[in-house]
Amino acid sequence: MSPRADLRSVLVIGSGPIVIGQACEFDYSGTQACRVLKAEGLRVTLVNSNPATIMTDPEFADATYVEPITPEVVEKIIAKERPDALLPTLGGQTALNTAVALHEAGVLERYGVELIGADIDAIQAGENRERFKEIVARVADKYGLNAESARSVICHTMDECLAAAADLGYPMVVRPSFTMGGAGSGMAYDEAGLRRIAGAGLDASPTSEVLLEESILGWKEYELEVMRDKHDNVVIVCSIENLDPMGVHTGDSITVAPAMTLTDREYQNMRDVAIAVIREVGVDTGGCNIQFAVHPGTGRMIVIEMNPRVSRSSALASKATGFPIAKIAARLAIGYTLDEIPNDITKETPASFEPTLDYVVVKVPRFAFEKFPAADRTLTTHMKSVGEAMAIGRSFPEALQKALRSLEQQGSSFSWAGEPGDPAELLARAALPHEGRLRDVQRALWAGATVEETHAATGIDPWFLDQIAAINEVADRVRSAEDALTRGNLLAAKRYGFSDAQLGELRSLSEEVVRELRYALGVRPVYQTVDTCAAEFAARTPYLYSSYDEETEVPPGDRPKVIILGSGPNRIGQGVEFDYSCVHASFTLAEAGYETVMVNCNPETVSTDYDTSGRLYFEPLTLEDVLEVVHAEQRSGTVAGVIVQLGGQTPLGLAQRLKDAGVPIVGTSPESIHLAEERGAFGRVLARAGLPAPKHGTASSAAEAREIAAEIGYPVLVRPSYVLGGRGMEIVYDDETLSAYMEKATAASPEHPVLVDRFLDESIEIDVDALYDGEELFLGGVMEHIEEAGIHSGDSACALPPITLGHDDVKRIRESTEALAAGIGVRGLMNVQYALSSGVVYVLEANPRASRTIPFVSKATAVPLAKAAARVMLGATIAELRAEGLLPAEGDGGTLPLDAPIAVKEAVLPFDRFRTREGQGVDTVLGPEMRSTGEVMGIDEVFGTAFAKSQQAAYGSLPTKGRAFVSVANRDKRHMIFPVKRLSDLGFEILATEGTAEVLRRNGVRARVVRKHSEGPGSGGEPTIVRRVLDGEVDLIVNTPFGSPGQSGPRLDGYEIRTAAVLRGVPCVTTVQGLAAAVQGIEAIVRGDVGVRSLQEHAERLRNARQVPPG
Amino acid sequence: MSMQRKEAMDPTHPTNEAMLVLEDGRTFHGTGFGAAGETFGEMVFNTGMTGYQETLTDPSYHRQIVAMTAPHIGNTGVNDEDPESGRIQVAGYVVREPARIASNWRSRRSLGDELAAAGVVGIAMPGTRALTRHLRDRGAMRAGISTTETDPAALLERVLASPSMVGADLAREVGTTEPYVVPAIGARRFTVAAVDLGIKAMTPHRMAERGCEVHVLPPTSTAEEILALRPDGVFFSNGPGDPAAADYAVAALRGVLDAGVPFFGICFGNQIFGRALGLGTYKLRFGHRGINQPVQDRATGRVDVSAHNHGFAVEAPVDRAFDTPYGRAEVTHVNLNDGCVEGLRLIDRPAFSVQYHPEAAAGPHDATGLFDRFCELMDRKEQG
Repeated sequence: MSPRADLRSVLVIGSGPIVIGQACEFDYSGTQACRVLKAEGLRVTLVNSNPATIMTDPEFADATYVEPITPEVVEKIIAKERPDALLPTLGGQTALNTAVALHEAGVLERYGVELIGADIDAIQAGENRERFKEIVARVADKYGLNAESARSVICHTMDECLAAAADLGYPMVVRPSFTMGGAGSGMAYDEAGLRRIAGAGLDASPTSEVLLEESILGWKEYELEVMRDKHDNVVIVCSIENLDPMGVHTGDSITVAPAMTLTDREYQNMRDVAIAVIREVGVDTGGCNIQFAVHPGTGRMIVIEMNPRVSRSSALASKATGFPIAKIAARLAIGYTLDEIPNDITKETPASFEPTLDYVVVKVPRFAFEKFPAADRTLTTHMKSVGEAMAIGRSFPEALQKALRSLEQQGSSFSWAGEPGDPAELLARAALPHEGRLRDVQRALWAGATVEETHAATGIDPWFLDQIAAINEVADRVRSAEDALTRGNLLAAKRYGFSDAQLGELRSLSEEVVRELRYALGVRPVYQTVDTCAAEFAARTPYLYSSYDEETEVPPGDRPKVIILGSGPNRIGQGVEFDYSCVHASFTLAEAGYETVMVNCNPETVSTDYDTSGRLYFEPLTLEDVLEVVHAEQRSGTVAGVIVQLGGQTPLGLAQRLKDAGVPIVGTSPESIHLAEERGAFGRVLARAGLPAPKHGTASSAAEAREIAAEIGYPVLVRPSYVLGGRGMEIVYDDETLSAYMEKATAASPEHPVLVDRFLDESIEIDVDALYDGEELFLGGVMEHIEEAGIHSGDSACALPPITLGHDDVKRIRESTEALAAGIGVRGLMNVQYALSSGVVYVLEANPRASRTIPFVSKATAVPLAKAAARVMLGATIAELRAEGLLPAEGDGGTLPLDAPIAVKEAVLPFDRFRTREGQGVDTVLGPEMRSTGEVMGIDEVFGTAFAKSQQAAYGSLPTKGRAFVSVANRDKRHMIFPVKRLSDLGFEILATEGTAEVLRRNGVRARVVRKHSEGPGSGGEPTIVRRVLDGEVDLIVNTPFGSPGQSGPRLDGYEIRTAAVLRGVPCVTTVQGLAAAVQGIEAIVRGDVGVRSLQEHAERLRNARQVPPG
Repeated sequence: MSMQRKEAMDPTHPTNEAMLVLEDGRTFHGTGFGAAGETFGEMVFNTGMTGYQETLTDPSYHRQIVAMTAPHIGNTGVNDEDPESGRIQVAGYVVREPARIASNWRSRRSLGDELAAAGVVGIAMPGTRALTRHLRDRGAMRAGISTTETDPAALLERVLASPSMVGADLAREVGTTEPYVVPAIGARRFTVAAVDLGIKAMTPHRMAERGCEVHVLPPTSTAEEILALRPDGVFFSNGPGDPAAADYAVAALRGVLDAGVPFFGICFGNQIFGRALGLGTYKLRFGHRGINQPVQDRATGRVDVSAHNHGFAVEAPVDRAFDTPYGRAEVTHVNLNDGCVEGLRLIDRPAFSVQYHPEAAAGPHDATGLFDRFCELMDRKEQG
């Protein structure tokens, strides 16, 4: 019974789609909150538009609304559910902003909903720069603390600017007031720079005002995670030190916990300030994150900002310490005090303490610049990373090297191959923050740069640099050791975090030989516990990490164990969807009597919550690290099997080598996986089953590729084998582009050839998720892509059930899928992509693993596919699972009743985060390489409404009136006439480029001709379409790309238009199919019948409908 | 920024082997850190992640070998502002990863040099967590570190011959021999007689900040000597050893209580207060040594995160007031981790004490208000 007996129901707002800067850490925190609130007996209502999350699984809330997170929609949910309270602090900035909007619109007051976790005043105090500065000044004064804000001066004239500069010193930040998106801001390094930037800023600012602020670039950066309860008990959960000094967003920085370079006096001052700030801001039942900058030469401390909510850092801090911030924040919000909440890890001591660590935690960011080749790769205060990996070690070098290899990127680990290089050159490169900067630092030190020089170039604290220098020294000793590797030098290197692969490189041995030697010498890691208390009390929760230390703490177990390999750091193409499947497997296998063991290194996820599985190993997902976990688990009990098919490509890539090492793999065998992944073998499977595939070939040289293309005809789809997320995939129309592609591709992946497929450009693409037990096929769902063929399935919107496929099509798809599953030898999940072209169902590819769409399909059809898959992998049959009730007694996702809801998945793309070096936007056109970071789901009774919801959730509402601009490729002109006419009938004014306008007018659609970007402004000053978009004159853009990428002309015109659309946030449709869907969506909104319905209600209706077989 | 490189201390260059042997025979191997030689003491662990300099100079660690659970020690070097006494007090030091360079704007010297100069023998070894778990399960025990002995059995023999902490009277070994005065900062409001049983520098400083002129007195000062200063309040400090062996301090405190002068005690001072009230003291299995301990004020329910350094504790009923020769008393504070007594007060007289460290250094400042409470008692006494 919660202390707030008056609260019976709570609304929790999630954070929506995964975007850069707001990722699955909020699934972790939201899931924890929902579990806590439910356990307290409260009715939980949840709204989150992201179907890939674990929190939106129907079992975590009483009413789960996968609906757009907008104030209007949330108001409808409030009106329907009438919750007593709203908890807005666990869903990132999205939830906080929505709560503030609901408050300001009077909705909370109208429905009597109490805001819990943080009040409006506290939220605003944290958000408003000026108010926050006042708070910092006040607490410094009141308690005599060393704390201040960056000094700043507001100036109205250049003379004032120059006078201020004398006080602030260079460099300084110049910010013009009230310009859009901070336009005109810059860093002035000298008077000339100040005159230039401030001069332009004074002109640009509507109030002729600029803010000059002292620069804290290069200062040491710290964060504290703070929690406070209603009795004013405050604890600091964790200190985090950024290895990268100020100037790099903390999300893009390498960070270390606990802080490494503070004396107690400095730390306690920081702690006092943090506590004073949380009190002054008034967060009294929850947590916040406070960021500090410290001058390395004087210790002067600046309080940068605070967030009155859980954050990416709080997720990291929770994983780093074993102190579950979100879970405790939820408890505090419903009236508990810290001393009333037990510490989960020790079970005996309370949460009103501060965790102490006897290990070091390092977090490293994972970037995806390869997906955005034009983007500027310099790291700034604008976050660009898409994921992160965390590692734990008993020393900083051990943790750092483990973290770097957890990134699973070629070249992410330190290397001593080749010549060290020129230290000056390396230092020059390291001076500018960029992905992989630390490797330049390591090489520079190795090449002979001193710690002092490297510190001067990078601002990285000398202590960290010396630790990296120590890693270099160990490498040198390993390399130059005259005898073979001895137990002594092997152990020393392992304690510095070296992998077998790195040692192999140093000694010119294979990784396997090093491993054999290591085993022979008995050099194995031990596993120690993250226990919150540095071993002062016994830990009851096995949350483990490896270290080459003295004593292993793996507890014995008598139940058979299943080891689930997670998916590692989030990246484009492999994200929260795979974590969803892993977590589900863990839950269901625990229920089935297994001891579940999770291995993963992504601190943002639910899978790395120590509450999720029986045991958690926070470890890199490399062969070496996984083998050691398996070994440790085998020594402490029986391992029934290892699951590799739920965590995406990461564990799948380990399958064969794990099996070769004698590890039992459950589910689809590595040999079967190979049948699906290796082109030749897969071709034989298809041939045996009599299934058509697009004509194709395999090439390992440009000449071979051209030969194949000549035979099968352009366009062709080319891609390297064994990739996820369409990495390196392109549609190629001519020999020249093909040759260029082959040059790039063979360099990128020498062991694997390139696949060349005939590209079916006029087809409908279909995605299928299915479950197979060796006897029976359960068709999870058939999804029809909304975009044209050739767009990566992860970036394409899709509908389930399919909206234009007939009964016969689904029947053929079912037969093909079954034949494939049987031919490959699938036990568990399989995802197949088909193309329907001229009545033929072509097989594009099959993946014998959980797919990105598993959570979407599960939610759309109310069937827990991942759970069923885990059971099938361990031997259950589909018939048994039907009997048990885990699967529906009859039918499957291919036989959904006619009145089943329509679910639309839409991808969310990160184009607005990237700029080219010249400051231009990057092209937003979709292609076969996946670039979306996340997804949303719209679910409703009819397609139009579901599509409208998906757009609203992803990009904001579709417009219902105003101006629509249309410019389409010739091949699309015929198909666009009807939807554009419909737009015109709905009252939109149609603007079009000349060619498109001509076609429209001939078909009776009034369209106004506007100038192309390449035509420039007209003689009478008529603006181009780009100018019009930028000026906010256009409400909807329909632009299908044509022409070849990179050339001038029409292709470039389209690029400029789409970039402007992203800049202004105007909805931009890039396919004709998308246009048709958008028109249906707009019609649905115009009809005004967009309601809300929970997944539980959808499931109930579906269950009822299933009992009536479809007529 | 100051940086000092100390190649000799680099554990990646195992030039000087060292060994740690516990009295139950458990042996750890590592490399020497600090001075070469051999040392003995009670083996304890400290879980603080900051403040090694304060810890090393805390007189309560006299005759103890301290193991730090935080792996990286020495990162910020050694400065001239942070020591809590005039010298390094620990008998020996155990760390996992000594810093190779010091990096902090206030750093003057490296920790390795400082230990070596002070003649403190230490060991850097991987197994600090294993050691901590061993002590947690089996209790604090005697130990020896040696950089000269290679035979564990021989070292063990000498460990077993070394004195035990139970019954050890150590306050006399660390307290000042001559009285000295810490002047009030700003206007003088009170005169405090502070009996130094192993006092930390921050304690008189916290009082001085509040207008106290602090007369620091030797540990064996008698009640007469204390009262001769006509103090507004009397303070008994923290310190090493077994409170049961410090009868002289108990006797002195009884005299002070008889006189009705306001009293405040910290740590060892709390134990002496308990004994003066007729309560027993006992040795904890492995003690509290760290800066993250939750202590609850039983009157307000508020929890302070506090600095601790004690191996002994007071036995008292926590659920009710009890009678003492000085009237009714009660337990004011308890540790939420293990329920142990963390504070006492007389209900009808101006006297109280805490087992933990409101002066912090190292540690959080949550409990500094206790110094204000002491000042209030003195204020009230003056007005009364």
